[in-house]
Amino acid sequence: MTDTTQAVRQAAGTRTIRLEVARYRPGQDAEPVFQGYDVPLMSDWAVLDGLNYIKDQLDGSLSYRWSCRMGVCGSCGMTVNGEARLTCGTFLTEYGEGPVRIEPLKGFPVIRDLVVDIEEFLAKLTSVRPWLIREGEDPPLTAEYAQTPEQLEAYKQYSMCINCLLCYSACPVYVLDPDFLGPAAIALAQRYNLDSRDMGDRFDVLNQDDAVWGCTFVGECTKVCPKHVDPAEAIQRYKLTAALRSVLPWSRR
Amino acid sequence: MKAPPAAYRPRRDHLWFARTRNYTIFVLRELTSVFVAWSVVFLLLLADAVLGGRLAGFAALAAQPWMIALNVLALAATCFHAVTFLNLAPKATVVRLDGYRLPAWMIQGGNHSLWLAVSAVIAFFVLRGFH
Repeated sequence: MTDTTQAVRQAAGTRTIRLEVARYRPGQDAEPVFQGYDVPLMSDWAVLDGLNYIKDQLDGSLSYRWSCRMGVCGSCGMTVNGEARLTCGTFLTEYGEGPVRIEPLKGFPVIRDLVVDIEEFLAKLTSVRPWLIREGEDPPLTAEYAQTPEQLEAYKQYSMCINCLLCYSACPVYVLDPDFLGPAAIALAQRYNLDSRDMGDRFDVLNQDDAVWGCTFVGECTKVCPKHVDPAEAIQRYKLTAALRSVLPWSRR
Repeated sequence: MKAPPAAYRPRRDHLWFARTRNYTIFVLRELTSVFVAWSVVFLLLLADAVLGGRLAGFAALAAQPWMIALNVLALAATCFHAVTFLNLAPKATVVRLDGYRLPAWMIQGGNHSLWLAVSAVIAFFVLRGFH
């Protein structure tokens, strides 16, 4: 870091912003309570940097998930001022003088502080078999399955999902009905349904009241997706597919 | 081995639809379905009156102030429902032309244009009947 940068940081460091962080310590708190922390208001600090500052300098007992810090791993999704956001891509300066309220993702059980339980989501994700399914062949390890740019384009958007769960947190259907298969799992199912190399059939999983038909098309999942995946579109498209297939049983996908 | 403490399950937020503008619009869209249903019932009653030769009685009922107020409200609600519903169409309809995906505004514009065209044709025949 250059001397100039250091000086700027020191000057910025004199300004602070208050973070109101939800704390839930099992065995100690009956329900989450908010605890306030003042952190330096740096122009290049994301909310996650503020949390890291708290963890490193103010209160080492704060628990939260994060990993890549560059919007790829999807670990640091939280509720920031009521909105589901990736905290590594949400800058403190967006909130002016603050305060900034940070809570766990809505709709999920809270394990501790900002850490939510995602076991149910993982089970749902597995149920749609989000991998390439090939049938009736045992290809050599060197086999390649070439695709045209058009074939790639058909599913590429959905392959950008990073499982950050912001879409679940923003979906009122999921919050009201935890059995709903949910936006990300359906979008990832569509990612493979639309892949020319996949030979799987996910109709029985997706054509359910708790799957695509449970979606009431609020559209918030698409709005909060940091990777522009558009799960709402994935769900509506499969509704059409499922409806056609119900009428025309011999059709596929 | 001691079992880990149970996770905290947040209470259900019964006012979730009032928390954001988008949620509120969504709920309004769903609620206005009732007025869409009423519009269908009203048209069926009209058709029944025409076929049964009871048009004068139906017209008298339709001219009641409370019925006019109800239908004005139904018209506004149905328009709101139609506009918001047609605006969602691009999410469910992916149209590709030679690899080019039609943008959302084209599908929305096509839907609204078709809606206006059909309304204009109906208005033409209905209003012509008054002259």
